[in-house]
Amino acid sequence: MTSEEARQLIRSVLHQVAPEADMDDVGEGETLQEALDLDSIDFLNFVIGLNEETGLEIPERDYPQLSTVGGCVTYLTSTR
Amino acid sequence: MPSLGADMEAGTVSQWLVKVGDEVHRGDVVAVVETEKSTIEVEIFESGTIAEILVPPGKRVPVGAVLAHVTSGAGHAANTVPSVSTATPAVPRAPVVTAAHAATVDAAISPPAPVARRSTVHSPVLRHLAQELGVDLVTLTGSGPGGAVTRADVEKAAGRGGDGTRRRGRATGKPKSVPPAELQPVTRVSSSPLARRKAADLGIDLSAVRGTGPHGSVIERDVQLAAAPALPEKAGPGTTVADDRAAAMRRAIGALMARSKREIPHYYLSTTIDLAAAAAWLEQANIERPVTARLVLPVLLLKATALAVGHVPEMNGFMIDDVFHPSEAVHVGVAVSLRTGGVIAPAIHDTGGLSLDELMTALKDLVGRARAGVLRSSEMSDPTITVTNLGDLGVEAVFGVIYPPQVALVGFGRVTEQPWAHDGMLGIRPCVTATLSADHRVSDGHRGARFLTEINRLLQEPEKL
Repeated sequence: MTSEEARQLIRSVLHQVAPEADMDDVGEGETLQEALDLDSIDFLNFVIGLNEETGLEIPERDYPQLSTVGGCVTYLTSTR
Repeated sequence: MPSLGADMEAGTVSQWLVKVGDEVHRGDVVAVVETEKSTIEVEIFESGTIAEILVPPGKRVPVGAVLAHVTSGAGHAANTVPSVSTATPAVPRAPVVTAAHAATVDAAISPPAPVARRSTVHSPVLRHLAQELGVDLVTLTGSGPGGAVTRADVEKAAGRGGDGTRRRGRATGKPKSVPPAELQPVTRVSSSPLARRKAADLGIDLSAVRGTGPHGSVIERDVQLAAAPALPEKAGPGTTVADDRAAAMRRAIGALMARSKREIPHYYLSTTIDLAAAAAWLEQANIERPVTARLVLPVLLLKATALAVGHVPEMNGFMIDDVFHPSEAVHVGVAVSLRTGGVIAPAIHDTGGLSLDELMTALKDLVGRARAGVLRSSEMSDPTITVTNLGDLGVEAVFGVIYPPQVALVGFGRVTEQPWAHDGMLGIRPCVTATLSADHRVSDGHRGARFLTEINRLLQEPEKL
């Protein structure tokens, strides 16, 4: 997966989880949960969405790596 | 119109999911209602047949107004049927749809509704006459004392329409003010060609339109009026349809919270709970689970709260007219913040009776639907206690305002790593601050403390939750 594909994927999954949230407002290093006002269930749904799209079984201990857009991109591009 | 939360004064029927003649069963979703806060799927509390639909889509009516009549098959009078769900029988709740015995005129109006009562009792003679003449008493407005249907009313109805007075779902109009004479059969509607064409275009039943043309004939303008969504009848300050929903919601929340602060003598307690055991258990449980089946901490907090209620029943129930009605069932309301602004706290039914997995599923479903704005009537009216979890927003503690008529609210803050003495050793452990806002009319700090302590105790044994 290229980083552009990863970015697209993150955008579409975030849109499903929080349709009101706009990813364009989130800086690369900003915490998604804070920037988009996601609660723990939203975040779990985000992880579920990534899992469904990529087939990756993302363990809970990896959650911190997914806290920012940049972190997500790195995670998705390096584990694939 | 059911009361879908104590802050609701009126609602707009946006859609009927049943039509006249449909058989319905208790718990079926029969209509969709818009409130300031959400779109609610209204469940029916009685099985039977839809006899008449009184409030057309688009019409805004106050809480308590009758939306439809249901003819129940059973032989007992059904005007005072219990409400939608299993819980809280002591709470007077607005009937969603009133049920009428085949030969009685329905009248169930809940207290706040300023709607006239219609007589419910007919003599056997009258019923016999009505049956003979093919007149349905349900459709009649009585001219006798107290609105009672008289022999003359029945004969008049029979003379005017025969079959036409049989239960016919009216798509529009104000049923309480429509005399029987207007219930004309389709073939007898006098209307202008333009009105007929317009009605066909808009899918309007001409027989349901009140004519204002010559000799009561239906003209184009009448059809247009019938098609247009009704405006609020009492347009008080700030209740116009053009109002922004967010602003309306803010007002509704403000009004309810003001009432809470005015009426409820709150007391507040706070305790810090060591979550090391719960967090470790959760981590272990989630390792074995696929992503889709993982649990989140709030599920443990909800379950512990629901179970703790069993030990301190003064926290669970409703305060109505200065009398506390404890609830057997525990339906925890979950405060869900909406990203567009506002908060809504629908119930997870029988929270304590659900396994953690079931509770997780229910919570995900509820939060998703609350955010999408699609909730069920029972979820809005049933919470017996509320939990608010502001942990995700980063604050350590929340001292909540009780949702009337409930008597307690439990708040959980953010889970933080704290230096914590345990078994004579100082360590770093995950902790959460749990708070209780409770009603002094029902309990005091001693019982409240017992409640928080019980929640704490339950969370130390997460495997038993």
